[in-house]
Amino acid sequence: MNIINIENIAKIYEVGTEKVHALRDVSVKIDKNEYVAIMGPSGSGKSTLMNIVGCLDTPTQGLYDFAGENVSQMNDNELARIRNKQIGFVFQTFNLLPRSDALHNVELPLIYAGLSKALRRERAEEALENVGLQDRIHHKPNELSGGQRQRVAIARALVTKPSIILADEPTGNLDSKTGEDIMTLFDNIHSQGNTIILVTHEEYIAEHAERIVRLKDGLINQDEKVRKRIRKTSAQMESN
Amino acid sequence: MKNYLFELKEGLLISLLAIRANKIRSVLTTLGIIIGVWAVVTMSTAIKGIDIAFQTGVSSLGSDNLYIDKWSWFSNDVPWWELRNRKNITMDDFEKYKNQAKLPLAVAPSTNTRRTLKYEDKVVEFMNITATTNDYIRTTNLDLADGRFFNELESRGNRNVVVLGSEVAKKLFPLGNGISKNVKIKGTKFKVVGVLEEKGSWVMGNWNPDNQAYLPIGALFKYFGNENYRSITINVRAPNSLMVAEVKEEAIGIMRKVRSLAYSDKNDFSINEQSGLLGEIDKSVGVIQVAGIFITGLALFVGAIGIMNIMFVSVKERTREIGIRKAIGAKSRTILAQFISEAAIICLLGGMIGLLLAVISSMVMAKFDFPSTVQVDAVLLAVLISIFTGIISGFAPAYTAAKMDPVEALRYE
Repeated sequence: MNIINIENIAKIYEVGTEKVHALRDVSVKIDKNEYVAIMGPSGSGKSTLMNIVGCLDTPTQGLYDFAGENVSQMNDNELARIRNKQIGFVFQTFNLLPRSDALHNVELPLIYAGLSKALRRERAEEALENVGLQDRIHHKPNELSGGQRQRVAIARALVTKPSIILADEPTGNLDSKTGEDIMTLFDNIHSQGNTIILVTHEEYIAEHAERIVRLKDGLINQDEKVRKRIRKTSAQMESN
Repeated sequence: MKNYLFELKEGLLISLLAIRANKIRSVLTTLGIIIGVWAVVTMSTAIKGIDIAFQTGVSSLGSDNLYIDKWSWFSNDVPWWELRNRKNITMDDFEKYKNQAKLPLAVAPSTNTRRTLKYEDKVVEFMNITATTNDYIRTTNLDLADGRFFNELESRGNRNVVVLGSEVAKKLFPLGNGISKNVKIKGTKFKVVGVLEEKGSWVMGNWNPDNQAYLPIGALFKYFGNENYRSITINVRAPNSLMVAEVKEEAIGIMRKVRSLAYSDKNDFSINEQSGLLGEIDKSVGVIQVAGIFITGLALFVGAIGIMNIMFVSVKERTREIGIRKAIGAKSRTILAQFISEAAIICLLGGMIGLLLAVISSMVMAKFDFPSTVQVDAVLLAVLISIFTGIISGFAPAYTAAKMDPVEALRYE
């Protein structure tokens, strides 16, 4: 079953009098529990597509259907509701609230979802435990390492039990060892039945996915299934 | 609705966190509101104090009193040249009125002059002296702290006796042993027979009984001028406030007869009463109030602009935070509520501090005999004003925050 059904969308920005076609004509369908990497050089429309998929922005033309709801026609408040309930974001720069501790950062989406304090706390603690940070819940972001910060961000993305996890260059600000750990975490999250969309320009990161969508000049250049080399790798790592 | 309250509560918590994180800035911002609320509350308290001072001052004259006088207290009743051309009210007029008036509780003539009082090396210069009869004390609410008022014998005999107001007595006899001492007025000795209790009616100025010396009226004429020198005032006290109107009617009738006025003549005297004075005071206090609130309101307005300014800076600085919040599902109105409540909390805290300062300054004022206490309505005023100011000045910055595009906000460095 399709979670994401994008049909012929375009995004046109007006810069002065000039029209910039960030996306020209993009159609893509993503199923539940898929693990998709979106790739492309800068200027390919990759970020624009991610913003639209993440309901941060709406397309100028075309249809975007998210889990049976027509997102392309929604207003700001409805988009906020979709983002809150259906989408978990993981950013390159982590984007945690610097003055709040890990627990509060993870609780935040649940606050906006209107959950009671006790339930919020319980679920936030559970999510932090899932990413292996149960003993760091009262640390502020500046008291955590880069990898730990990204784990907090992943816990925040997972805590609402969203339909998709949208990760934008999640290892871009991390060293390769920590980056590999984070990717392993994503693999595990995927194996638990989650849908993951990964935006990256690194081949070796994209290879963790089962499917790679390549963009060029606002169009889909290539959309292919890849062999599950990563599964093996992570299995090998576990056996080591 | 429940959800909205919840969002509001969360907004408040988030705001508190943000305020704590920017302590110095919050304190500086709040300073404008502190000063504004301090000014407004102190001003309204002071105005209330002035009002109370006037009311008690005037009522120390006695609330059931009439004053038959050549002059009117309110110049707008009769043109001044007419007042000036009126015949003086004489002791003769007074005696006739006194004999014919049936209703008053007490009547007494009075006239005033200014003289220097001396006792040994102590001098009180240019003191207001009220010359009257022994019945005068019964037309007032004055009480004696020490000794007695002069009696009928001393009054009729134009004896050299004096009753001192509390302030005068304090200056001449700091040790409080003035009774039976002789004070000199223009070289003539007067024996002190009594000292009045303090009234504290400083707002009455020249009429403040504390700053007054009282002589038998005949003695004043004997030593300091002849009887026709000035017009006297006839002090009339009605038995109770319900009788004031009747006493006034009777007084007009008798005085017209005494002054031999024809049927068509206008009154050539005025009957002054306290209620008219209170009305005048209310008018003046009203003017002070409007001016005071306007001026202190400006102080608050400047404070509000400060809040708005700093909230705009805060919104700009926290663009990324706003982007994060929006990305993970904060609705526009949640962001709006967050920033408005942040401004409101800063203002409320400032208001509380301003209120505290106002309480302290009114206590200091009270030390200087200024009747001033912060009332419950002033507290409510401070709280409402500060929350209102916060909401008003926080709205525009909060609105810009709420309307931010999450994509742009997340990209902001």
